[in-house]
Amino acid sequence: MERRTFFGGWALPAAFVLPQLLLTIFFFLWPAGAAIYGSLTRQDAFGLKTQFIGLENFEDLFTDPLYVESMGRTLGFCVAVTLISMSVALLLAVFADREIAGRGIYRTLLIWPYAVAPAVAAILWILLLHPQIGMISHGLKAIGVAWDYKINGTQAMLVVILASAWKQVSYNFIFFLAGLQSIPRSVIEAARMDGARGWRQFRTILFPLLAPTTFFLLVVNLVYSAFDTFGTIQAMTQGGPAKSTETLVVKVYRDGVVNLDLGGSSAQSVVLMAGIIALTIMQFRFLGKRDKT
Amino acid sequence: MKRRTLLATTAAAASLPAAAFAQAKTKIVWWHAMGGALGEEVNRIAKEFNASQGEVEVEAVFKGTYPETLTAAIAAWRAGQAPHLVQMFEVGTGSMLAAGPAVKQVWQLSQETGIEFDPKAYLGGVRGYYSLPDGRLASLPFNSSTSVMWYNKDAFEKAGLDPEKPPATWNDVIAACRTLKAKAATPVPMGSAWPIWIQFEQFAAMHDLVFATKANGFEGLDTELKVNAPPFVKQMQRLLDMSKEGLFKYAGRDNAADAIFPSGEAAIGFNSSAARAAVARDAKFRWGEALLPIDPEVNAKPLNSIIGGASLWTMTAPNRTPAEYKGCAQFLKFIGRSDNDAVWHQHTGYVPVTLAGYELSKKQGYYEKTPGADLPIMQLTRGEITANSRGFRLGRMAELRNIFSEELEKALQGQQGAQAALDATVTRGNRVLREFEKATKG
Repeated sequence: MERRTFFGGWALPAAFVLPQLLLTIFFFLWPAGAAIYGSLTRQDAFGLKTQFIGLENFEDLFTDPLYVESMGRTLGFCVAVTLISMSVALLLAVFADREIAGRGIYRTLLIWPYAVAPAVAAILWILLLHPQIGMISHGLKAIGVAWDYKINGTQAMLVVILASAWKQVSYNFIFFLAGLQSIPRSVIEAARMDGARGWRQFRTILFPLLAPTTFFLLVVNLVYSAFDTFGTIQAMTQGGPAKSTETLVVKVYRDGVVNLDLGGSSAQSVVLMAGIIALTIMQFRFLGKRDKT
Repeated sequence: MKRRTLLATTAAAASLPAAAFAQAKTKIVWWHAMGGALGEEVNRIAKEFNASQGEVEVEAVFKGTYPETLTAAIAAWRAGQAPHLVQMFEVGTGSMLAAGPAVKQVWQLSQETGIEFDPKAYLGGVRGYYSLPDGRLASLPFNSSTSVMWYNKDAFEKAGLDPEKPPATWNDVIAACRTLKAKAATPVPMGSAWPIWIQFEQFAAMHDLVFATKANGFEGLDTELKVNAPPFVKQMQRLLDMSKEGLFKYAGRDNAADAIFPSGEAAIGFNSSAARAAVARDAKFRWGEALLPIDPEVNAKPLNSIIGGASLWTMTAPNRTPAEYKGCAQFLKFIGRSDNDAVWHQHTGYVPVTLAGYELSKKQGYYEKTPGADLPIMQLTRGEITANSRGFRLGRMAELRNIFSEELEKALQGQQGAQAALDATVTRGNRVLREFEKATKG
């Protein structure tokens, strides 16, 4: 028995959908449309002269070795951030799920960083790692590491990965903890009676049962690291030194807002939009299938 | 109800005639990028102008960094909400000149309002940057600085160098840095803020080198970078070698290295002359200000250095009245007055932009009280200005600087040599210049 409500006519249902529809039009369709249109034009900063140039911006983009490099860099960055933030979160969640004294405090503390704004998090990391004034960098220099992420690209990448991953651990932690708590105790009890403990129990029981959570987080983290890390990177390195931390979003910002190349920057946004759409479709397909079986 | 409102209005008008009068004033909005102590100076200027007359009221609004202000002004103009006046950094000049109807250049403003602006009142190096090839003023010079070499006298003494004799040539600089390093007078011998502006743009101007063709862009949009010529390669090689030897520490783009000198980390610090206030406040040692070093093998007779800083542009908007433009002109005139220019110069460390402001500061005995404060002016007015030392009029110049920085950083990391870095700068930079040319010509 399905319960459905039928509306007569179309005015009332339309009125119900309208707010959402308007939001979508004003905050998604309109800007997205403007980006697509912009990507097909060349315009000066003031918008005085706009020329329609077809796909020239895209051609420029994909023949630009720097853009292709930036794509590779972004991929590496996303994988690293996702891997680190998810594995650390999972580890912490498994331990916090145990019967230990004061676990409420642990959990609260572990969730805390999520409330920190990206720019603030970046400043905290800068204070720790700044080549001149950072506390950690003093330690590193004391043991003979030539620490200077302002000039060393690899170190700069490491720094933004670390800061971005740290920021996301709390979020992942909440989901993993919730996932672990929703695993029926009886299953774990049964596993224990069969002699599965520790690593074996985790590998054969907990981890497979966490798979839906893990997959969901995988997509969320990839999207996070590709898009939401802008604030962190901008505050820490602005994409430098020598582009070594310039991910695709940072490049969109630099080319569009700083360099005022609106056409080229719009083309990049359109490419990113296509990426997000692909990722979303994948998630729906995959999760949708899982639900049916 | 109606009567009460009427009464209230009458009461207000009677008790506060000034407030009622203020409504009749023409309001001028001025966007600027001066934070902190400089922002207070800007507010002071606006306040003094408002108090000096009864027709125009200037409201100064802080809009963030220079690039942010540029972006905000462009977005505002596109929305028909541009401020009356905007402070635009010097590298944005090329973009603003291409802005056509979005701006009213000073000479146009002068024509429409009848308020005269004499370009000759301004220092040559300053005027050149903000005027058209035929000498008409495009924007009004405001805060201008040039770059100088700051040095730590205590560290020099500790290393056995003469604290009253700063190095004048690059060879002297290298020798001094070696001594400073050997005696470990400071953690690093030399640092530089604004590496591209100071070590390459200034270097080109002072040594009369072609940075870009068409008089650095002044004479046409079809300009091309020429920074991969031998003198530039030599200069970059020098910095790379110094970095390798531990004599020079690169601490980031733009003003990222601001703190390296006043903190005492580097004994020699290149920075804007406008860093004077910060150095005076933060340095816990005796310091001196010196001319930028030259390379006599490239050119033994150095020319003027160029300016950095910003100028004021008048922007247009639909429905803007002649009275408003007149207000803009009056305010610009007020800023250019010698007494105001001198106060601004002495309070901030920027150079006076008018000759009269300079003379006034001299007469007031400012340079006797603060020795070295006129050194930037002397450097700015040295020699005859040539096509290479007038300044830069390159489109998207902030982006060009970033490209230059990126290639320099790659070279400092050891990924490429000096020639390769400059070749890449030229190739990538010219692509940006062509894009700008296409977009502007339409």
